[in-house]
This record gives sequence, C-alpha cells and structure tokens, in this order.
Amino acid sequence: MTTGPDAGRLPAAYLSAGSSSFTEFVGAHAPHLLPSRRVLPPGSTLEAPHGTTIVTAAFEGGVVMAGDRRATMGNIIANRDMEKVFAADEYSAVGIAGTAGIAIELVKLFQVELEHYEKIEGTLLSLEGKANRLASMIRANLAMAMQGLAVVPIFAGYDLDRDAGRIFSYDVTGGCYEEHDHHSVGSGSLFARGALKKLWRPGRSSDETVSVAVEALYDAADDDSATGGPDVGRRIWPTVAVVDNAGVRFVPDDELRGVVEAVLARRDGNPGGAR
Amino acid sequence: MTSMPFYVSPEQLMKDRADYARKGIARGRSVVVLGYDKGIAFVAENPSRALHKVSEIYDRIAFAAVGKYNEFENLRVAGVRYSDLRGYSYDRTDVTARGLANFYAQILGTVFTQESKPYEVEIVVAEVGDDAEDDQVYRLTYDGSVADERGFVAMGGAAETVETGLKKGWTPGMSLADALALAVGLLGQDPAGGAARELTAAQLEVAVLDRERPRRTFRRIGGSLLDALLSKDDPTRDAPSTDDPTPGPHDTLTGGAPARDDSTNPETQRPDDPGTEGSDG
Repeated sequence: MTTGPDAGRLPAAYLSAGSSSFTEFVGAHAPHLLPSRRVLPPGSTLEAPHGTTIVTAAFEGGVVMAGDRRATMGNIIANRDMEKVFAADEYSAVGIAGTAGIAIELVKLFQVELEHYEKIEGTLLSLEGKANRLASMIRANLAMAMQGLAVVPIFAGYDLDRDAGRIFSYDVTGGCYEEHDHHSVGSGSLFARGALKKLWRPGRSSDETVSVAVEALYDAADDDSATGGPDVGRRIWPTVAVVDNAGVRFVPDDELRGVVEAVLARRDGNPGGAR
Repeated sequence: MTSMPFYVSPEQLMKDRADYARKGIARGRSVVVLGYDKGIAFVAENPSRALHKVSEIYDRIAFAAVGKYNEFENLRVAGVRYSDLRGYSYDRTDVTARGLANFYAQILGTVFTQESKPYEVEIVVAEVGDDAEDDQVYRLTYDGSVADERGFVAMGGAAETVETGLKKGWTPGMSLADALALAVGLLGQDPAGGAARELTAAQLEVAVLDRERPRRTFRRIGGSLLDALLSKDDPTRDAPSTDDPTPGPHDTLTGGAPARDDSTNPETQRPDDPGTEGSDG
C-alpha cells in the first residue's frame, strides 16, 4: 500500500467509478504489469522466439481458426508444440503471429479484459467492441514493434446479433480491418492465402472448413521454413478452434489426426494437391 | 445558549458510528447464504433484475451484500479488480476468498475509522471448495471485522430471526431444492411476529456456486428453473450442470433443454483434458 496522505487506504484506482476496463485499471494502478509499458534500450534488437502462421475461414454460421505449432528463433526451431490459437472468451478466438512472449502475454491480458468487462457490466461485449479493445492493445505495443518485437494477431468470433462468423485482421500500428470469408497472418500467410483462395467455397459445413484450414496450413509449411507441418511421428497436429452459436470448441486431437491423414493421402504422389 | 462539546471520547464516537451503520443495515431486506450438497446457494429478496445483491467475483468466489447499494457496488467492483489483478499477475488458483476477505476488511476498517461516515453494508465472501469441508464463507461487517462462518449465514434486517431458523433447519448435504425452500421460508417470516409472507420467484434473487463445474462456477438461477426448484410438487431438486442452449451470456440458468457442448474455457483451452484444467493456455 502507499504511504503519505493516504496511508492505510486503498489506492484510488480500486474504487474509482466508471471504468469497466481491466487494462485501464492496471495502467493506473500497476503499469509495470502491462506488456506495452516496457521500454527497450534504444537501438537494440534481440532475438526472441517467433510464432508463425494462422489461418481463419468463415462458414455458414461460424468461423474456423487454425494455427501451426512451430516457434522459431532465427534458424532454430524454438518450440514445436506451441499453441498459438486461443479462446478469448465464450464466442471468440484469437490467433497470434510475431514475438511469442509478448503475444502470449497480450492474449492473457485480452482474456482477462473480456471476462472483467463481463463481470463488472453483467453483459457480453459486442464483437466489434472486443475487436476494438484488441486493436488498442496492439497500438500500445507500437514502440516495441519498431524495435523488432511486433505482434500481429487475428481475431475471429461469432456475432450474436448477426448470427454469423466474422474475422478481423490487424497491422502493427493497431489498425483493425474486417476481412471477408478468409484470412491468414504470419510468415507463411502468403502461401496459405493462395491455398485458401483456391479451396474455400461459400456454404460449406464446419467440418469441411476445418479440412480447408488444415490444408492451407500444409501449403504454408510446404514453402515456408518457419511454419511447422503436421508432425505424424510426434503426433503434433495444428491447433484448430471452431466458433459458432454454441461457443468456442477446440477440435480434439483424434479428430484432427483423421483430417491430417486425409490431406496427406490426397497429396500422396500429387504434392501440390491439384484437383 | 447551548455550548458545543469540545471533546467526544473515542468510545462514544465509535459507538455512534456503529449505531448509525447498524440502523442503515437493519432497514434492508435479508440475504441468506447456505451450503447444499453440490455447492453454496445465495438467496436474497430482491425484486430488481438489474441491481444485484449477489454477484460473481472470480472462478469459485461470489459476493453477497446488504445495505446501501452504491456502497456495496463500489466494494464489488473493487473486489473484481483485486481478484482479476491477482489472477493475472500470479495464477488463477492464487485468488482465494481469504485474501479477498482481508482486502475488504482493510477497506471497511479504514472507512469506519477515518471517513466522516462508515459504510452501511454487511457482506459475505464465499468460496466453493472441492467438497463441503473446503467451502469457505466469510462475513464482514461495517467496521471491518471478519467472521469465518460454517454452513450458513444470514445478513440484513431480520438476520437474527433467520439465523435462528437456519440453526434449527439446516443440515449438511441438503439438496438445492430443500436449501432454497428453507431459506425462502425464513426470508418470508416477519421478525415482528406478524403473518409470514409467501415469496414468489419474481421477488427473489437466487444464485449458486456449483462445485462440479469447471472454472467459472457461479450461475444465477431464474425463470422456469427457479419456479420448479421452489415448487413442492415438481421433482426438480437440483440445478442442471449444463448451460442454457440459447446463444448469449450464460450467467443465468433457466432450465432450457441441455444441448450445448462443453465448450468455452479461456485459459484452460480444452476443458475435457484432465490435468490442463486451471493452467494458462
């Protein structure tokens, strides 16, 4: 607790009225806990693990988000089973590309932010509201991004008012853009986007869309060394979240194994997957 | 001409403040917190659907209050901030009712001695454990004193009458329907000895901390589910363990057909995985 005139009392931030934002409260009370308040010495760059490719694709009444499991540090594979797709709350998921340490801390903060609002206000934030909160967190990280520690998330959720899945992408300055049908971020996104364009069709079911997302990740891993392909030997499958009117659901490993094996079988002797 | 007293003894000052706070609290309707076989139930007489006397604080912790709304609402928000900050900077399992009760005791104690007017509130902080033995219920009064309660607590205007009834009627391991019937019957009693009122579902605010749920255990109970639990003829004895199937916030159980997947567990990612529960995603 503080000393001085309010010795023995609570810091004012606890009892201040009006704000339902956890980030604003932490910023006023304990700013050192916010990832965006950290300062690097000027001119320095450092090598930290980077997360790579995330793809999202909408389907009728929802959206699928999938991420590979690899984190790289230069030419080294820093981690081969990292999770980069997270449930942000009951009806939305967030996937991250960029500096893994900061990105995961940001996701944790974002999850608390949404639950905090829900508890204080007694209602869910709108999907646009959630997307804008995430944008302001990315914006606050700009100084770090300019020193090489950028985080670029992708946000997707089920819009309760429209009964549809929606996708939001971001840039390092915190710009938030709504994407239509499908999108991908990260080092392998160029290849994944190409694959999505050819594979995605409107009106597909969630299972078919999961298969499309896994195949797009496979194409990204095929041409981008920083993206991890499905690892059959270690049984490491991509992280796949399905968001629809029943909430966020992570596709279990045994189901994913079937999807991955089907993709591999289709490409046996036909590595480009042409059809 | 009357002269102003220059000196007021600290005893007199504290007594005046305590009397003032007690009077304010005694004006309000009572709240009952009591254990049942699968968790802790909160029952308040509160016709408002928007201004709650019972609220969620954290995964396994809830808050109930009587007294002045703006004062306990302030305390509730401070408690949510305290818990979320602690869970964010340490781990979700490090947020405990004991810590929160101490936090509230500090605020209430400081306000009681230093502000011009004490808070006219009484609050309960309850945490549901893995079994009834591990449940923790703390009752805090306007001056910051904390009492560790076992099984049940009553606060507010008719607290003494209700507490006497609870001592007689409450047994460990009651079903939710029995616990609610007991609490609602006691809340309807007139402490002055008049005829008892029959409280209906519309006049009640009911919530539970359900120990069998993963992560967020707090659920309000309303609609047809509350009617069924309160009705003597209806066989419903317990709250369902699944949320309502309608899309939207799932803080209230109304007894719709259980059709939802077990989904939605930020920070635990895969709720069905034993072992990952409670760890960060």
